Amino acid sequence: MRRRPNYLAGLGSLVWLAVVGCPLYVLLISTFRTRANYSTQGPLTFPSQLTLQNYLDDFSGGFGQDFLNTLLVTVSVVGIVLLVVPPLAYAIVRARGRTISTVFRVFLLGLAIPAQAVIVPMFYVISKAGLYDNLLGVILPTAAFCLPVCTLVLTGAMRDVTGELYEAMAMDGATPWRVFWQLVLPLSKGGLSSVVVFAALQAWNGFLFPLILTQSERTKVITLGLYNFQTEHGVDVPGLLSAVVLSMLPIFVVYLFARRALVQGLMGVGGK
Amino acid sequence: MSASSLGVRAGSGRRLRTRARTGVGVTRPGLGWALPATLFFLLFAILPLVLVAVLSFTSWNGVEAPRFNGLANWTKLLHDPVMTQSVWLTLVLTVAGVVVQTPVSILLGVWAAGHQRNRAVLSAIFFIPLLLSATAISVVWRAILDPNFGVPSELEWLFGDGNLMGSQSGAVAVLTFVGLWQWTPMHALLYQGGARAIPPVLYQAAAIDGAGRVRQFRHITLPQLRNTMITSVVLMLVGGLTTFDTVLILTQGGPGTDTTNSAYYMYQQAFKSFDFGAGSAIALILVVVATLISLVVVRLSGYDKMRSTAEGL
Repeated sequence: MRRRPNYLAGLGSLVWLAVVGCPLYVLLISTFRTRANYSTQGPLTFPSQLTLQNYLDDFSGGFGQDFLNTLLVTVSVVGIVLLVVPPLAYAIVRARGRTISTVFRVFLLGLAIPAQAVIVPMFYVISKAGLYDNLLGVILPTAAFCLPVCTLVLTGAMRDVTGELYEAMAMDGATPWRVFWQLVLPLSKGGLSSVVVFAALQAWNGFLFPLILTQSERTKVITLGLYNFQTEHGVDVPGLLSAVVLSMLPIFVVYLFARRALVQGLMGVGGK
Repeated sequence: MSASSLGVRAGSGRRLRTRARTGVGVTRPGLGWALPATLFFLLFAILPLVLVAVLSFTSWNGVEAPRFNGLANWTKLLHDPVMTQSVWLTLVLTVAGVVVQTPVSILLGVWAAGHQRNRAVLSAIFFIPLLLSATAISVVWRAILDPNFGVPSELEWLFGDGNLMGSQSGAVAVLTFVGLWQWTPMHALLYQGGARAIPPVLYQAAAIDGAGRVRQFRHITLPQLRNTMITSVVLMLVGGLTTFDTVLILTQGGPGTDTTNSAYYMYQQAFKSFDFGAGSAIALILVVVATLISLVVVRLSGYDKMRSTAEGL
C-alpha cells in the first residue's frame, strides 16, 4: 500500500534534529577553539582557526589517569556481573521450589530501589569495610545495583531455551554444570551481550557512587573529573567540553560498530 | 557363558540406574548456583536499604558512631520549610517531566518505527544523547546556557537578559528541558518497539474504513501503545523523583533553595551539613514513595494481569 508522505512528521523530525543537533554542534566545535576564541567569538560561529590543544591539555591535566580508573571500574563491574548473574539466572529458570522464587522476587524488588536513596548507608557500609576512597568501594555497589536489571534480562533470554533441549541433554546424562556450559550459555548469547553492555554503561557513566565514596586524584573517575573540572576551572569551557567528548568516545565507537547490542543494552536501562 | 550373561545383565542394570539418577529431576541446578549473586546483592543493596531505615532514627555526623535519637530527625524535617518546599518542587519537576516527555517520546518513537527515507540516519543522530552520561549532559548544558559566555549572550532576542537560571521558574524550565533532552531518546526507543509490534492489519482495516492518518493514530496507535505507556510513565515518575545529577551540576539547588528537590536536599543534609540522620530520613521517604508509585500505577492500570492489547484480533 502506498502512502503519501507525511509532511507534518517530516517537519517535526527536523525540529527535533535541531534540538538534538545544535547542542551537539556547540559541544563538538567548541573543543577545537582556543580559549580566547571561545570568549570573544562565542559558541555559535564557526571558529576562524582550529586547534587540538584542548585535547592535549586534558591529557596533561590527568585525564589519562581518570580514563584508566574508569576502565578498571568498568571491566571489574562487567566481570562481577558475568560471574554471578548467569548462574543465578540459570537457577531461577531451572531450579524448583519456594526459595528460588523468593530469591527472584527479592531481585525484582531491587528494580525499584533508586541508587540515590541508599547513598548514606552505602557510605556507612563502605567506610566500615575500610574501602572509602578505594576503587573497589565504587566497583562493589555499582555491580550490585546492576544485578536486578541484568537478572531480569538474562532470565528472559534463558526462558527461551526449550524444554526438549534440556531433556535431550538429560538423556545423555549431562550434569547441571555441563547443561549450563554447553546448552544454556551458548543459547543465551543475545541476553549476555545486552547484560555486558548495560553493566558497562552503568559503570562507565556512573557518578553518584564515585561522588560520595572517593575523594582523591588517585581514585577519580571520568564523570567525577568532569564535575571537578567544572567547579574548579569552569571558565575553560573548551577544555571541559573536550573532556566530555573524550569521555563519550569509547561508547561512540561501540555505537558505530555494535549498534544493535548497544541499543538492547540501553533498553535494559529502561528495565525491559 | 552364564557368567558373561550375568555380567551383561548387571551392566545394563547399572546403566538403567544411572539413567534414572540423571533423569529430568536430577539435572536441575541446586540453590548453590544462586548463592553468590544473592549474598552479594543482600550485602550491597538490601542491607543498605535496611540501614537507611535504621539510620533515620539516629544522629550521626559521619565520624563518630551513630546514636539513636528517636523521632528527632522526623520532627525536625516536619518543621523544616525547605523540606516542605523540596517535596513540592520534586512533585512539580516529576509531573512536568512526564507531561513534557511523554508526547514528544510517543511522536518520535512512532515516527522512528516507520519507513521514511532518512529515518535510519536521523534516528542514529536522535539517539546520541543516550551515549552521554547524566554528568556530561549537565556539564554541556551548563556551558551552553552560561549567561556570559554561552549561547544566551549571542541570542539576546530569544533569551532576554540571558540569566535563565536566575529565577525559580527559569531554573525549573531549564531542568525540565534538559530532562527532556536527556530522557526522550530512551522513551522514544521504548515506543518505537511498541509501535513496531502493532499488527499492520489494523491499519489496513482502518484505511479501508476510510480513517485518515490522525484518526488511525488516535484510535489504533495510542490504544495499542498502552502497555508501553505504563512502563515509560513508571520510569519517568521514579526517575523524576530521584533527579539529582542535573540539579547538582546545573543549579546547585538554587537560586537560594528554589530548585532544591528532595534528592538534592538529602545529599546536602548528609554530605554538606553532615547530618546523616536527616539525610537518611529523606532517603527513606524517597524509597517508600518510589515503591508506592510503581505499585499504584501498575495496579490501577491492570498491568500486573498482563492483559494483551492485541485482544479481539
